[in-house]
Amino acid sequence: MLGIFDTLREKMQKTDVYKSVFRHNYQDTQRNRALQIVDNVFLHLHPVRITRHATNIGFTWGMGGITFLLFIVLTVTGVILMFYYRPAAEYAYDDMKYLMNDVAFGPLMRNMHRWAAHAMVITVMLHMFRVFLTGSYKAPRQFNWVVGVILLTLTLFLSFTGYLLPWDQLAIWAVTVGTNMARATPFLGSEGPFGPELGMKINNDVRFVLLGGTQVGPPTLLRFYVLHCIFLPLVGATLMIVHFWRIRKDGGISGPDTDARKS
Amino acid sequence: MHHLISILSKPDNVPIVLMLVLTIFYTWHSMSRAARNDRQGSPDEAMLSDKVQVWPYLVKVEFLAALLVMGLLTVWSITLNAPLEAPANPSLTPNPSKAPWYFLGLQEILVYFDPWIAGVTIPSLIILGLCAIPYIDVNPKGNGYYTFRERRFAILTFCFGFLVLWVSLIVLGTFFRGPGWNLFMPWEEWDTHRVVALTNVDWSELFGVPTRRVDDSLNPAAMAIGTATVLAWFSLGFVFYLWKRKSDVVRKLGPLRYSIVAGLFLIMTALPVKIILRLTLNIKYILVTPWFNI
Ligand code: HEM
Repeated sequence: MLGIFDTLREKMQKTDVYKSVFRHNYQDTQRNRALQIVDNVFLHLHPVRITRHATNIGFTWGMGGITFLLFIVLTVTGVILMFYYRPAAEYAYDDMKYLMNDVAFGPLMRNMHRWAAHAMVITVMLHMFRVFLTGSYKAPRQFNWVVGVILLTLTLFLSFTGYLLPWDQLAIWAVTVGTNMARATPFLGSEGPFGPELGMKINNDVRFVLLGGTQVGPPTLLRFYVLHCIFLPLVGATLMIVHFWRIRKDGGISGPDTDARKS
Repeated sequence: MHHLISILSKPDNVPIVLMLVLTIFYTWHSMSRAARNDRQGSPDEAMLSDKVQVWPYLVKVEFLAALLVMGLLTVWSITLNAPLEAPANPSLTPNPSKAPWYFLGLQEILVYFDPWIAGVTIPSLIILGLCAIPYIDVNPKGNGYYTFRERRFAILTFCFGFLVLWVSLIVLGTFFRGPGWNLFMPWEEWDTHRVVALTNVDWSELFGVPTRRVDDSLNPAAMAIGTATVLAWFSLGFVFYLWKRKSDVVRKLGPLRYSIVAGLFLIMTALPVKIILRLTLNIKYILVTPWFNI
């Protein structure tokens, strides 16, 4: 019985179509293991060989990778949510209700988006904690740590702007509490130190720019939507590329200086 | 008790429980690895520094981790619905109004500081301070392995900021703050009508110097005391510099890096100091000026 499958597979692997997609066969050789990484656009983020401790989950906790996985989950579920959601105050809440009650798998998509977002905030904080504790920000990885800090900030902003979109009581009040702080920005806020002296008023300060009004209202919803669905993910994805590229350019996952490592 | 369960099982609070468990676990995990490395004198990681092929050794781990995370996330998303409350209503303020959970530490500091400090300056300094870490930490040791002995000051400072000032304040804000942002034990029912008498005084008033004169204008003497206190706090960094300037660490840092380290450190430690002053002596402000208060 299994013989049939073996013959079929061998036949298939000889076809032009198969050979055009997969550049090498699947025999377990050193060379094929290397090709497996190099010939795959997604896997070739990795080097072909790495130090053993970098594969140790007790060392990296896998937190950076999990953060990236959650980002992908958020992108996929987020796009699905966008099919059902209109960022206008008269529709937004009803669209959420519709999604939760009448769309097949709507609640699953929304829940996954929500919980993955919370989880990503947690994993990115833990990733930073790990990188700190292993001293991995030290030379030559200083700049990648800075890229990381910006990614952390972007993750928080992504989560915060998304929080407003359901347009329910939880959303507008959490965002109101958060954005009220901007009023107190020194120099740029209407209630901040030296703000009034510089002509800042409730309708021209930095909070007004952020909200598109003097309180959290329909223009805020649109602004946060655009930031949440377009601007922040684009900047985040770009910086993630930089982050991953730098990991390799900086010599891979950090580790103690040993002779084996230098070779 | 059922109040505790109702807070714990609020869907948006589940992540905080998750964060708490993971943070405690990983702190313990990394500290025990650090302790083992320190005891051995040579880190475990150095014994694993031979090279392996990414396929299958790393790809396998990534695949299993991804399966596990996706499994957990799916179960979590099937069993617990994301909250959807009543439609937005700008004229109906809920009490308490809480920021999203990851900002609750900052909202907590708002009790002790004015918004320009708690809501703007502190978050900016956290971000800038984090970015500065690689450039102000001149200790080359402990790069790429767990250790405590070789980086005592760095690790203690970071853990104080992350575990005490960030994580614990989030937990405090979630489980211990109720209506009017008053303190409630997690098992206590929230009493919306509880009134807490405001008996706060300013720092100078402790020495009998009122902040405002009878005509309600600011009292220059009080301002002088406040300014002197703030300056005295930051001059601690200067005193320490004079005292330790011959030490290897301070010499290696140089004056510029040293001032940044000292400044950030003194600002960070000023937070708990002010919190303690408030809780013990009911201090409201250290310094009151026409433009800002500290
Ligand atoms: C969206 C956020 C982020 C993603 C997706 C991400 C992803 C990753 C991944 C996949 C790695 C490989 C090793 C590992 O998994 O631990 C890594 C390493 C690293 N990350 Fe991140 N990261 C993020 C945020 C951060 C933050 C917030 C920091 C620090 C403030 C940071 C600093 C670093 C550094 C310095 C390394 C090199 C570690 C080493 O060589 O041991 N990253 N990151």
